[in-house]
Amino acid sequence: MDFICNFPFFSILISLFSGTICSVLPGKAAKWVNTFVIVLIGAMSAALLWYLLGTGESFVYMMGHFPAPWGNEIRAGVLEAATALFFCIVMLLSMWGGRKKLMEEVEPSKHNLYYILVNLLLSSLLALIYTNDLFTAYVFVEINTIAACGLIMIRQIGRTLEAAVRYMIMSLVGSGMLLIGICMMYDLTGHLLMSNIQESVTAIIEEGTYVIPLVMAIALMVIGLAIKSALFPFHAWLPDAYGYSTISSAAILSSLVSKGYIFLLIKIIYRVVGFRIFHDTHIINVLFVFGLMAMIFGSLSAIKENDIRRMIAFSSVAQIGYIYVGIGLGTQVGMLASVYHIFAHAAGKALLFIAAIGLTDVSGFSRKFIDLTGAGYRNKIAGIGFTVGSLSMVGVPVFAGFVSKLLFAQAAVNNVGKMLPTLIALGISTILNAIYFMKTVIRIYTPRPDAPYESVAIGKEKLYAVSIVLFIALNIMLGMSSQPVVDAIHAGLEMFG
Amino acid sequence: MSRKKTEQEYRKTFAFHFFRWLNGEKDPYLGEVEMKPQEPYKETEEEVKARIREKNMISRRLYGVAKSKEMKGLERFYKAASIIFCCILIYLLLFTVSYLPPVGTADRPVNNEVPQRYIENGLQETGAVNIVSGMILDYRAFDTLGESHVLFVATVTVLILLRLDKKKKNDGEISIEEAEANDRIYEPKNDAILQMAAFVLVPIIIIFGIYVILNGHLGPGGGFSGGAIIGAGLILYLNAFGFQKTERFFTEKTYKWISFGSLSFYCIAKSYSFFTGANHLHNIIPKGTPGAILSSGLILPLNIAVGLVVACTMYAFYAMFRKGGF
Repeated sequence: MDFICNFPFFSILISLFSGTICSVLPGKAAKWVNTFVIVLIGAMSAALLWYLLGTGESFVYMMGHFPAPWGNEIRAGVLEAATALFFCIVMLLSMWGGRKKLMEEVEPSKHNLYYILVNLLLSSLLALIYTNDLFTAYVFVEINTIAACGLIMIRQIGRTLEAAVRYMIMSLVGSGMLLIGICMMYDLTGHLLMSNIQESVTAIIEEGTYVIPLVMAIALMVIGLAIKSALFPFHAWLPDAYGYSTISSAAILSSLVSKGYIFLLIKIIYRVVGFRIFHDTHIINVLFVFGLMAMIFGSLSAIKENDIRRMIAFSSVAQIGYIYVGIGLGTQVGMLASVYHIFAHAAGKALLFIAAIGLTDVSGFSRKFIDLTGAGYRNKIAGIGFTVGSLSMVGVPVFAGFVSKLLFAQAAVNNVGKMLPTLIALGISTILNAIYFMKTVIRIYTPRPDAPYESVAIGKEKLYAVSIVLFIALNIMLGMSSQPVVDAIHAGLEMFG
Repeated sequence: MSRKKTEQEYRKTFAFHFFRWLNGEKDPYLGEVEMKPQEPYKETEEEVKARIREKNMISRRLYGVAKSKEMKGLERFYKAASIIFCCILIYLLLFTVSYLPPVGTADRPVNNEVPQRYIENGLQETGAVNIVSGMILDYRAFDTLGESHVLFVATVTVLILLRLDKKKKNDGEISIEEAEANDRIYEPKNDAILQMAAFVLVPIIIIFGIYVILNGHLGPGGGFSGGAIIGAGLILYLNAFGFQKTERFFTEKTYKWISFGSLSFYCIAKSYSFFTGANHLHNIIPKGTPGAILSSGLILPLNIAVGLVVACTMYAFYAMFRKGGF
């Protein structure tokens, strides 16, 4: 085994350990540890991705002295490495973009606690990405949930506490369903390791003995993860959680935490249940319908919103709907579009959140649209960032969102039965997206004669500007050179199957 | 009856106190417990008005709706719908459970090669007599590593929510000194009975907790349960003697370093074990003779580390909820 195969294990353990280290460091040192750890893990994931693209096959890594069904195991393929790399990049840029705001909004004595949470969140995301064992996944889902809750309420105002409580309740319902599903799965198959479960599931379907509880177990796991990633009817916790928490938290929550659960869901679909069997259970149609409703209703709620950050949050609901529609199409191409949209949405949504805070800061800290008039002139870099993010979300060519919409349309055409509803919903949702995002862009570039607020020079907040520029570059890169990314995702999904 | 002792000497003996207590001449509370009658709850008219105004403001601002008839109808609908939803969910789950493999039969899918190896080879492979300890700390140690970090992240969130700053802030939040003063109002101090009971019980509880931790690889027990027992002992001690006494040996700094030390030991030790295991290197940690106290490789030190983390976490939770600091 090559030394590079240790990298997934190193990434998880380093981020876990750095969380412990940050607990005894002052805030400033914790900040440096956090940045260093994210960069290190990003570099390791990049090396791993390069190695895996070279060898072209995935590998399993034994966690301990005992082989798989007895001990724990993690698994790395192209898709895992690519997702880990991408999550590290987005997390680093989100932390940079929100650093100044973090300093203002969080008590100084609690800064190191924030970095503990971020490190542990990163480790749990990595574990969700790399795990090959359902129970390990559940343990790290727990860490993920609690850390996300802490990220929401570290800015202590009434709305965030309420949002954190809501998030906690909804998320724990999701965790509970996931746990019940895993328990039933264990009862039926006698395994927790993903590949062994898949063998038993295939046998159960062939024999036809325990089909009812099997379908129920799959449904519970899927619905649990759907609640945790805010699929449409379960999204009530989302607007406040994203809208009022400190900006790094909002960016990380919307672009990484919910995506971690979706990644786990995709992993369960492929590696636990099996794509074919999952397709035949009809749960896929439920996801499809909910996804379509999310695309429409999320956008409608966003149009009605008068608060820029809550508007972006509702837009997340719609975009999560896209991902579930892709899963619900039940084809390989649809899944590919979903995974690509995970990347595109993470890059775009984090950029929008980071840019929005720059705009509200130069508008007297007001988030109402009336005060945002002309904000694009007052903070130029934030204005440009918001415009790019909006164009990407609407699906204008050159930016990331265009490619994912194209992929969704292709996937819809491949599936005869679901083509029409998908295309119609895609069209309506794109128009609605354009309405609320372009409304905002036009608003921030409408000059305001009376000029009640001061403008900010670009050079004044260097780190913020750097993070926005890098986010813009990431969006354009995903949009312009989509083919290598799509190829990598395709190779990764092949390795899953 | 001749008395050898003088009256004054007799008053000092245990027998004198005992008979006095038996005859009911002495009130054990008087002069021993700090007693203060509770003040009647009084509210001036302005305070009542302010309270009502605040309540109205909250319902207006936070929920944004006046309590109209439609809202009440909707609220009733929500309640009914949630009850119906829960009933359906319960029915579905029960329905599914009735189709699961029957409990207690030999041919269940769960009885496969996995538990077989745990039971048959667990002792040789992990060196632990207690198979459960062997499973959670050796076979599936990665899960347990995650689980102990769940505790850690939970404490961090509680710290974020409840820890008060040393300095008083402007916006009406109380400082740690005020919290200390409040604590003194609500909790009676120097309760002689409680102190006496704690004096007897706390050492026993803590020793029992240590026994459960150290015995984790030999019999029922382990880090999580033993740590919980020690934590309960510490909380009893705190209740009996107050924060001043516990702060002599347990402050926030102690907590920080103990949890840091045990978690990092856990992380490093297990990383070594994972790394050697995955790369098929020789592991230098000896297994020892099964049954001896120093045996079963890393399980004993890991149990101690987990126990320390759990005990500190329990105590920290209690202290945080009681006054927002140690």
